[in-house]
Parts: sequence; C-alpha cells; structure tokens
Amino acid sequence: MSNTHAPNAEPHPSIFYPYKVYPVEPLPSQIDSNTRQEVLIVGAGPVGLATALDLARFGVASRIIEAERQVSHGSRAIVLTRRSMQILQMLGCDQAFVEKGLSWSMGRSYYRGQEVYQMQMPHSEHERFGPGTNIQQQYIEQFLVEAAEKNPLIHIHWGHKVTGIQQSDSEATLTICDEDGEQEYRAPWVVAADGGRSTLRKLLKLRMEGEAYTGNFVIADIKADIKLPTERLCYFDPPWSPGNNVLVHREPEGIWRLDFRLPEGESPEHALKEEQLAERIHNILTMIGQEVPWQLDWATVYSASTKTLSDYQKQRVLFAGDAAHLLPIFGVRGANTGLQDANNLAWKLALHLQGIAGPELLRSYSTERVQAAREICEEAGKSTRFMSPPTRGARLLRDAVLSLSLTESFVRDLLHWRTSRPHRYYNSPLNSSTHTGHPLLGEVAPNVKLGDNQYLHDHMLAGFTVLIFLSEEKSEPELSQVCALQELENVSIHPILITGTHCEPGGLHHGSHIADQEGALFEHYDIRENSLLLIRPDQHISGIWQASDNEESPLQWIHQAIRNTLCLTPCGDQHVE
Amino acid sequence: MLNKTLNNDALETIYDHLYQAIDTAGPEKETKMLTKLALILANQLGDCEQVLSAIAIAEKDL
Repeated sequence: MSNTHAPNAEPHPSIFYPYKVYPVEPLPSQIDSNTRQEVLIVGAGPVGLATALDLARFGVASRIIEAERQVSHGSRAIVLTRRSMQILQMLGCDQAFVEKGLSWSMGRSYYRGQEVYQMQMPHSEHERFGPGTNIQQQYIEQFLVEAAEKNPLIHIHWGHKVTGIQQSDSEATLTICDEDGEQEYRAPWVVAADGGRSTLRKLLKLRMEGEAYTGNFVIADIKADIKLPTERLCYFDPPWSPGNNVLVHREPEGIWRLDFRLPEGESPEHALKEEQLAERIHNILTMIGQEVPWQLDWATVYSASTKTLSDYQKQRVLFAGDAAHLLPIFGVRGANTGLQDANNLAWKLALHLQGIAGPELLRSYSTERVQAAREICEEAGKSTRFMSPPTRGARLLRDAVLSLSLTESFVRDLLHWRTSRPHRYYNSPLNSSTHTGHPLLGEVAPNVKLGDNQYLHDHMLAGFTVLIFLSEEKSEPELSQVCALQELENVSIHPILITGTHCEPGGLHHGSHIADQEGALFEHYDIRENSLLLIRPDQHISGIWQASDNEESPLQWIHQAIRNTLCLTPCGDQHVE
Repeated sequence: MLNKTLNNDALETIYDHLYQAIDTAGPEKETKMLTKLALILANQLGDCEQVLSAIAIAEKDL
C-alpha cells in the first residue's frame, strides 16, 4: 500500500503575519534526462532556499522538496548577523531584508536592577550592514522564496515529504510522498537542509557528537507597544524567577521576543499553559518598566545543545544547517551558521558538478564546516555555561561573577555573549600564501566603503575575485598582466586593480579599477604595495602573494593558487604560458 | 574598584577550573575547598591589608 502525505492546508494562526498556503507542484517525470543533473534540496527553510539561490549563481539548477506548504510556523530565528546579510547580498536579495529588518549593535545586561555590562558590537562606516538585523523567520523564508520563484533554475515542491533513501556511487534515490502517493526520485546530489529533526539524518542513521545541556527555555512573541530601542537586553536572576534569566529582543511589526529560562524540573507543557505564560509575561513587562497591554503571537520551548555530525557528507548526501549541527540559541548561531554552510557548499558543489574542480574540493565542504561547527560548539559552550549553568559548580561561579559585577569591573567581560561570527578557514588546504600565517588568510575579505552606497563587496558577488594592490600601475608589468585575466582553469576571474596614487588605468585590464586615494583599502587590508589576494566565490581569502617573497611570477602564482583552491593537481611549468 | 590584572583568556580558564574543582569536591566539601583556596591565595598575595579588603568586597551583594 502506498503512503500519502497531506500537510496542513490551513494558514498558521498569527496576529501579525499573513501566511500563504503554496500550491503543490508535482515532481516532473524523470524520463527527460535534464532533471538528472539537478541538485535535490530537502527543506525550504533559510538554509535550503539559500543553497538553491547560491547554486543558481553558478548556473546550477535545483529542486527543493518541502513537507509543509507554508513558511516557518513562528518567528524562530530572529537575528541575522552582518555575515548573513553579506551572504544575502551575494544571493541578490539583501534589499528586502534591509527594508523589513531592524538593525542594531548594542547589548545591555542587567542584574538586580542595575546595568552591569554593555557591549557595542563592532561597526564602522565601511560596513554596508549593521552587526545585527532583527527579522522574523517567516520574512526570511518569504523573501528567499520570492527570489527563488523568480529564478528559472529553482523549483520548489511544497507538500512533498521524504520517506526513504537509497544510494549508489553516482546518485541518490529518494522516496517522496505527496497527497497522491509515493514516488521515487533520483538526483546526483542531495542537500539535506531539513532542520534539527532531519529526516535524512534519521534515515541514514547518523549520530551527532557533542553535548545536550539541561534547562529549558521558553520563547514567546508578543505584540506590545514597548518603548525601548532595538538592543539585546538580558536580565539575570530576576526576583520572580531566581537563578534564571530573560532576554528581550525587538522584532519588526511591533513584535517583541521574550526568552526566559524555566525553573529546574518544570515541564514544557506546564510552562506553555496560558495562565502560566501570561503571569511570566506580565512579570517581564513589569521588570522592564513597560506595563502595557499585550497579545501573544506564538510560543515554544527549547533547550541548548552543542552537537554536530562528524562528517557532512554521506555518499551523495550533503548536510547543512541544523540538519548537520545543533547549536545554542545564545549568540544567534542557528540560521547564521546554516547560511555560512550554504555559502561554503554551493560554489564547491557547482564547480564539482560542472567538472571544473578536483574531487577534493567538495570534500573540503565537510572538513571546513565541521571544523567551524566544532569551534562554534566550544565557543557557544562558554556562553551556555553562563546562561544555563550545567552543574552546581558552574552555577556558583556564575552567581559569584554576577554578584561581583555590581561593583567590580574585572569580571564583567565574563558576561560577553559571543555572537556568531564568520568562520576563518585559516588552515584550509585550499589556501596558498607566500607568507605563512598571514592573518587575512581564510578570513572574509574586509569590506571597504568606496563611495555613496558603494562598497568593495559589491564587486565580489560572483565567482573568483583577484585584488591587485599596486603602487603605480606601470611599476610592475607582471602584476598588470594579472589585471588582464578573465578566466583560468575554466572559472571566470574578476580582477580588481587597486592603486595607491593617482594614475590612469592602462588599457590592459578587463576588471575594475579603484584609485585608493585616501588609502582606506591599503589600510583595511594592511597589505604592502605589489601584492595579490585571491578571493573565493564565498568571499573568503584563499591566496596571498607579496612581491619579493619568492621567485614565482605573479601570473604563475595566481594560476597555481587557483588550481590549489579548485583542488586540481599542481601544474608544472609547461602549463604556464 | 579593583584593578583588572588578568586578561580575559586567563579569567575564562580560571572560571572553568574553579567550577570543575567545586563539582569534584561535591556539595559537602566544596566550602572547605574554597576556604582553603582563599587561604592559599592570601598567602601568595602576602599582603594582609589587601586580603582584608578583598574579604570586605566578597561579603557585599550576597
């Protein structure tokens, strides 16, 4: 007997978000071999949608399979980091997020009614986006869906649920259920972006390494006319809930996120009971001095974990986002880490499918991102031991630090909440440098303001970029030749010539020319004249060449560095023209 | 207010070791362990006046 899957076709209830129920588009027949080259993405959450849009940047078609027919039930992930906004810019949809989202940079922590810690997240005029942007996950998904619907390379199949998987060395075959029954669907690659309760992770019987922390937290979204700025507010040890803590965040549409830890032993069911929830919301509003009328939109219970799969690839299945790792909410690590996964994966999978990259490039997705997740787990573990102390000793230390923080500043940095940041692939095998241990290697290329609403990142939205830092254009003829590059090893190259002094761009280069008259670029990159930087399609720096360090000519070096980033075997001198 | 003499990395390391030591001692013996630690640190500091003012700060805001 064939199974069927009929998801909820009634719009989710919400007091601020009008849910749309998307139509169910049947999967195409696979007799036409075109569909055999498409990537199948399981999950139309932020990570699955971003992966599809990112693959489309490289001309790769994909189909997204989503069990539900609506975007996220509840606001869930509400803070996007600057890095996520930069990734959304690469996907061509940052504008909608800027318009709807609330940008912020300040966090304050309170204990016994006193502000004991404040942190201004780093920001400067050279950044296009603020350090944090608050926006509900419904909008995150809606804007990504709208971009995907406009893209002919992407199809979303709402109301389709994965129920089985078989794999061979060349493809995966998924069993997919809809209202009418079950069918088998084949794809050369499957991206598992199916969230924390990943079906594919279960079907493949994969276990995660790491820890689950005790302690449950409620998150509740209310609509209320609260007169507070957009900041991260944290209240430790409130008198009405001793030993616990409360977080308050502003969201668009007059919605406020209240996040609080439950007393030990209280069940989620009890905490979500209407009168119990109402009493605590009332207590929080009183505590923050805003006794205003409110309406509940949505509430749920979560607990913190620091867990990851040890390998994000299982034959033809690539795991990304919460399907690959479960990270604590503190430091906004869920969706923001997932978007970095998608951005790391897409260009590698695209170049792999197109036969341009060596086999190790796709493997590097797992090695780079598992390492990132492990570092995040360790860092997040430190926030978690403060926000949700796992033992009696940890609780005593936390309480002692809070007590001291009222009068003694030396402990206050222990209240730092460690926000999600872009990972640095400092030891990636894709890197090459004439300068070992250069601090920029593996980092996201720093952004620099070039003019009114113009930034350096605007030039790094597709493919590989080469930054050529030159003193005077005529001084280094060999470096000028790099400016003429358009393609190497079948990938397109965008050279950007950066000159320190007034000079006319020569006729050689086909890329952009930036006259860095005020020296902002040289300063931000802290780089000498006559240097080259190779920047990957995910804006991470994978190559640094500086003059006088070595015998290799810049042209030879850039060729070698590209081959290295693509994981092609080293080329001999005979290949260099 | 006390001067900050430890960097954040050192402070984090001490934080972790101290809470693990409390957990290892267990609820019955943790107070004795922490009192011993205070005496040892006082001896290391070698300054009675500073120790007495530290006790006064520790007594506040309990």
